[in-house]
Amino acid sequence: MTPAQSDLIWLLAGLGGVLLTASGVGYVLQQRLSPQGENPGIENLNDRIKAWWVMVALMAVALLLGSSGTTLLFALCSFAALREFVTLVDTRRSDHWALVATFFGVLPVQYYLIWIEWYGLWSIFIPVYAFLLLPILAVLFGDTERFLLRVAAVQWAAMICVFCISHVPALLSLHIPGYEGRNVLLIAFLVVVVQGSDVMQYVWGKLLGRTKIAPRLSPSKTVEGFTGGALSAMLIGASLSWLTPFTPLQAAGLSCVIVLMGFFGGLVMSAIKRDRGVKDWGHLIAGHGGFIDRLDSVIFSAPIFYHLTRYWWSLT
Amino acid sequence: MITGIFRPLPAALCALAIVLFARAVTAVRGIFSGITPDATQRIYFANHASHGDFVLVWTVLPPRLRRVTRPVAAAEYWQAGALRRFVGQKVFNALLIDRDPATRQADPVAQMAQALDGGASLIVFPEGTRNVTDAPLLPFRSGLYHLARARPATELVPVWIDNLNRVLPKGGLVPIPLICTVTFGAPLHVGGDETKDAFLARATAALIGLSPKAERPPQ
Repeated sequence: MTPAQSDLIWLLAGLGGVLLTASGVGYVLQQRLSPQGENPGIENLNDRIKAWWVMVALMAVALLLGSSGTTLLFALCSFAALREFVTLVDTRRSDHWALVATFFGVLPVQYYLIWIEWYGLWSIFIPVYAFLLLPILAVLFGDTERFLLRVAAVQWAAMICVFCISHVPALLSLHIPGYEGRNVLLIAFLVVVVQGSDVMQYVWGKLLGRTKIAPRLSPSKTVEGFTGGALSAMLIGASLSWLTPFTPLQAAGLSCVIVLMGFFGGLVMSAIKRDRGVKDWGHLIAGHGGFIDRLDSVIFSAPIFYHLTRYWWSLT
Repeated sequence: MITGIFRPLPAALCALAIVLFARAVTAVRGIFSGITPDATQRIYFANHASHGDFVLVWTVLPPRLRRVTRPVAAAEYWQAGALRRFVGQKVFNALLIDRDPATRQADPVAQMAQALDGGASLIVFPEGTRNVTDAPLLPFRSGLYHLARARPATELVPVWIDNLNRVLPKGGLVPIPLICTVTFGAPLHVGGDETKDAFLARATAALIGLSPKAERPPQ
């Protein structure tokens, strides 16, 4: 077993302990306050904890399998997110080939490029090539109705659901001196900080939340929840610096950037949901809604985290 | 005719493959808003916009209901070629209707009533053909009314299939993975003195009322 794997196992064991505690608390709350399932808040909490077990287990399997497993896992996440995104936008029959190209061309090619670590191409493949190809495919059908809106929706779907998410497995290809063979821990760091911030915002919001930040976008987000969540996540990030090439202070700073991007990502994705008149992106994850509902903060923070790490720590 | 609770192994594997494929592409979700998925004998009537419509209805039904629920389908389509014959008869146990009145041997309503008498539930598409227009539904054919008259005790359940027409639009060869829902509404029965037009209008309204787009303002 490599040191990276043993560190990862320590981290997973820690997460398992946290979830075990959460499950215990959820069980006691349910027995005391919601024996017949009458308290929706507690039922939702327990649904979320169960979904967390599944997510941690999936992450564990993929991360232990190494770079191919991780790339495949995030390719599947991209697929599920793309399916949710396209379901929610108004496309017409004449967008069929643009959508086929996105699902069966752009998505697999992007992840293939990530897998072979061709940074020079994967980092521009969607923003340049797919950006130009998709409207060309749409215009071939001569349907001009709402053309800009339709093309923009498909381009956004590719950017958000494929390009941004693909930065997570791309972390595996960074070459950081003294950190060889441990890149998988960068993914663990990113995911734990992002999701830890989400959970802590939820917890602080439930405990102290008074002042709504953006009542029109997301009624559950409060100043108290956000501040508490951000500070907790920076603390979590700093305490995980032993996993990363960063000092505790750097880890806290990067966690701050991750949390801010994640927060605004959540607001942007909420605004899209409000515009489309839905509450959740999907229904696949009980208690969380769809994949995009769970990934919205990762989507916005992953590219920034990737590039900050690349510019300041990586050789390539 | 119900061929027993257990299908032969190849048909059972094929059924499993079809269900898994349908779920992988559409992540389909059944919403039972007007009924519970229990063993009550029913005629499910659904909107028809895609070749895959009854596959989705069939996929969201619990397995024990799938075995007794027979799609009513066009004979000329499901008898063309050995593979379609196998899938139509052995996997879906489809009730095949000859759509051409000139060559027809049996009365379709009598065929459906007979299948109900045999204990089966049915999936029917009262529009009679695939809807490729922008209208939510085509006018219903009269068969649903005559069937309801012939077996008035059987529950008629409206079933709205949403989004599948976007998965594979007419002329498209490759399905686009999109999330579909299948919504089951409250059951209807034909009234004792209800006219054909009144009943079909009521059934149409019940079906359209299940469409999520019925609530959403047009873009």
